[in-house]
Amino acid sequence: MKRMGHPPRAPGKVSPYPRQSTLHRKDARWALLFVAPTALGLAVFCIWPTFQTFYYSFTTWGPFGGHDWSGLDNYRELFTDPELRNSLISTAIFTIVTLLSVPIGMVVAVLLNRPGMRGLGLYRTIYFLPTVTLPASIAIMWKMLYNGDYGAINWALGLIHIHGTSWLANPDTAIYAVAVVSVWGSIGYNMVLFIAGMQVIPRTLYEAAELDGAGRVAQFRHITIPLLSPTIFFVTVITIIGALQAFDLVYMMIGKSNPALAKSETVVFLFFHKAFLDSQGGYAAAIAFLLLTIILVFTSIQFRMQKRWVHYE
Amino acid sequence: MSEPSRRARTHLTRSRRTLLGLTAVLALLLAGCTSGSGSSNSTAGASVTLSYSVWEQPQFATMQKLAAQFHAENPNITVNVQLTPWEQYWTKLQTSVTGGSAPDVFWMNIPNFKLYAKGGALLPISDQVAKDNVDMSNYVSAIADAYKWDNKIYALPKDVDAVGLWYNKKLFTDAGVKFPDASWTWADLTAAAQKLTDSSKGIYGIAANAADQLNYYNTILQAGGHIISPDGKSSGYDSPEAIKGLQFWVDLINKYHASPTLAQMTDTAPLDMFTSGKVAMLYGGSWSVLSMVNIPYAKENVDVAPMPKGEQVGGVSNGLGNAIYAKTKHPIEAWQFVKFLGSKEAADILAATGAVIPAYKGTTDAWVKATPEFHLQTFVDELAFTSAYPSSVSSAAWSDFALKEFAAAWSGQESVEDAAKHVADEMNAALAKENQ
Repeated sequence: MKRMGHPPRAPGKVSPYPRQSTLHRKDARWALLFVAPTALGLAVFCIWPTFQTFYYSFTTWGPFGGHDWSGLDNYRELFTDPELRNSLISTAIFTIVTLLSVPIGMVVAVLLNRPGMRGLGLYRTIYFLPTVTLPASIAIMWKMLYNGDYGAINWALGLIHIHGTSWLANPDTAIYAVAVVSVWGSIGYNMVLFIAGMQVIPRTLYEAAELDGAGRVAQFRHITIPLLSPTIFFVTVITIIGALQAFDLVYMMIGKSNPALAKSETVVFLFFHKAFLDSQGGYAAAIAFLLLTIILVFTSIQFRMQKRWVHYE
Repeated sequence: MSEPSRRARTHLTRSRRTLLGLTAVLALLLAGCTSGSGSSNSTAGASVTLSYSVWEQPQFATMQKLAAQFHAENPNITVNVQLTPWEQYWTKLQTSVTGGSAPDVFWMNIPNFKLYAKGGALLPISDQVAKDNVDMSNYVSAIADAYKWDNKIYALPKDVDAVGLWYNKKLFTDAGVKFPDASWTWADLTAAAQKLTDSSKGIYGIAANAADQLNYYNTILQAGGHIISPDGKSSGYDSPEAIKGLQFWVDLINKYHASPTLAQMTDTAPLDMFTSGKVAMLYGGSWSVLSMVNIPYAKENVDVAPMPKGEQVGGVSNGLGNAIYAKTKHPIEAWQFVKFLGSKEAADILAATGAVIPAYKGTTDAWVKATPEFHLQTFVDELAFTSAYPSSVSSAAWSDFALKEFAAAWSGQESVEDAAKHVADEMNAALAKENQ
């Protein structure tokens, strides 16, 4: 007997999986068709290159293309390369400093979440502006600010009799200087995500806490943070993934001939250096795969740890 | 009867499905198709567009003028001049050659030439040169020879250059120091630089940058050393003479404090410091004439003198060439353009703008006269004793390594001897690999 539509179900009984009706199959086909462009793009531009890179990490490249199989040579070189060690340290420093944008973003979000505050839209826009500004413009403006002789930062420090150094050309300070710009740029983005997350926290909880005598800070600690923890988790994960891949700011603010380059190259910058400036495509592919592994490990650790501190409804 | 109406609302009607399906297919097609190049085959007479890649911002207008002049003489060929800043030029060119879509004609220089010629990225033009009777003796012979590989010609010389001592007349007069001249030695320079330094005003005597063509290549030769051995098999960096040539600059920064530190010169380019009156002397190229003339302060207060001698006079001369991409779709038209660029007509246009000294012999007077504000004859006179630019197949790689290593020496993190030894070792390894 041919069945039409969904079969009648006994009340209270939920079938383990939906019956595949013809209409259901037709729906599935349309769904696949609409997902196809994105899936195809992802497969061609992201997934296939990942496999290609893994293959290339076992090869050595010529200056104008062409590659020969070289086995584990690239990976062996990874473990003895001082440049890679320095770049891992620089990337770690960069990531740790960039993580500051999470608590700062939270505080800003809480401050800008009071309904009826005057100029609320304006303040939120100002904080969000760096996210929609071209990274190249940001780099140029901050380079001017950081200029050792004529920059505004050293001028301001000079007013309180502190002699500022060449922030971007001093090997000790360069990576911190770039990381500060990264924090500055991420505060707005994180703020928006936190504000969105805070909209689902019921006002009644705050009112009840106030009646019980909890101050602003206590409310923040005991209501906002636990209920916002899914958003905090999300923001932390993407901040870490983004910071581990930092390249554009470092490339634009610290050029090839900067004496501070050796101590402020991030891993992706080293990848770019090896792949395009030194024409060592195979070694660069090995570096890229190492970074992928590091990011996977960090992210999986974070996902494991979320059970301890993230409260889902 | 909720089921049939539910069905009607949740499932798509036939016409809507078709419309959405067509949209999806269209989206797929648009996402998948690449922009067509649209270039026609190079049958003579058909309209052709060539791409011409250059890196020098001050010469961009001149290049466009040459392209326009060429188009006027060859109406079926249009040349599209593309400017890529020096910092990215070689990366972009190498990537585009690897990807198979390099520009049809592009600037080439001596340190990079051998790599591209050996790698098969350039179109050999010996046959075309012979067929069209291009007389290679019209060009400065050192440059013409530099663009030969395996007995074939790969580029027509474009220009030849030299490095001179640019100085700020106003700062010299204010400090009461005599202007530099051909009699100056390193000792004169060092003494003058110290006298000109006034830290209260933030003014330095000289910008002792860690650049190869502009700074240490010249002083190494003046000290009696060399960068690469004449047979191209070993490095000259670890010789005492070379170390003297390098130490000259490091002392100006760290011993005599007559120069900004490398960190300061990284934050602000030495040329910018010079043209805003913050340093009194600068080793600069003959190709910087237009940069100087276009800044009012520099045009008024700046002049140029020969580089002071160390043990002897010396310096390096680089020379650019115009090369054709090996896999260009329009080899005939590209050759026509390169031939034009190598002609006396193009050299005269180039000289008249004062941009660079053309490699075509007999045009130096026009170049000198183009910018009467400066004593440009200095550069022409220097050409009499400059040496060919050091190069090998891997010169881009070892000169890059040298720049990074010497940056550490300039910043005082490493002694000049150690840095020179590291560079020599790295360079010798690279040269050994080349000559295997």
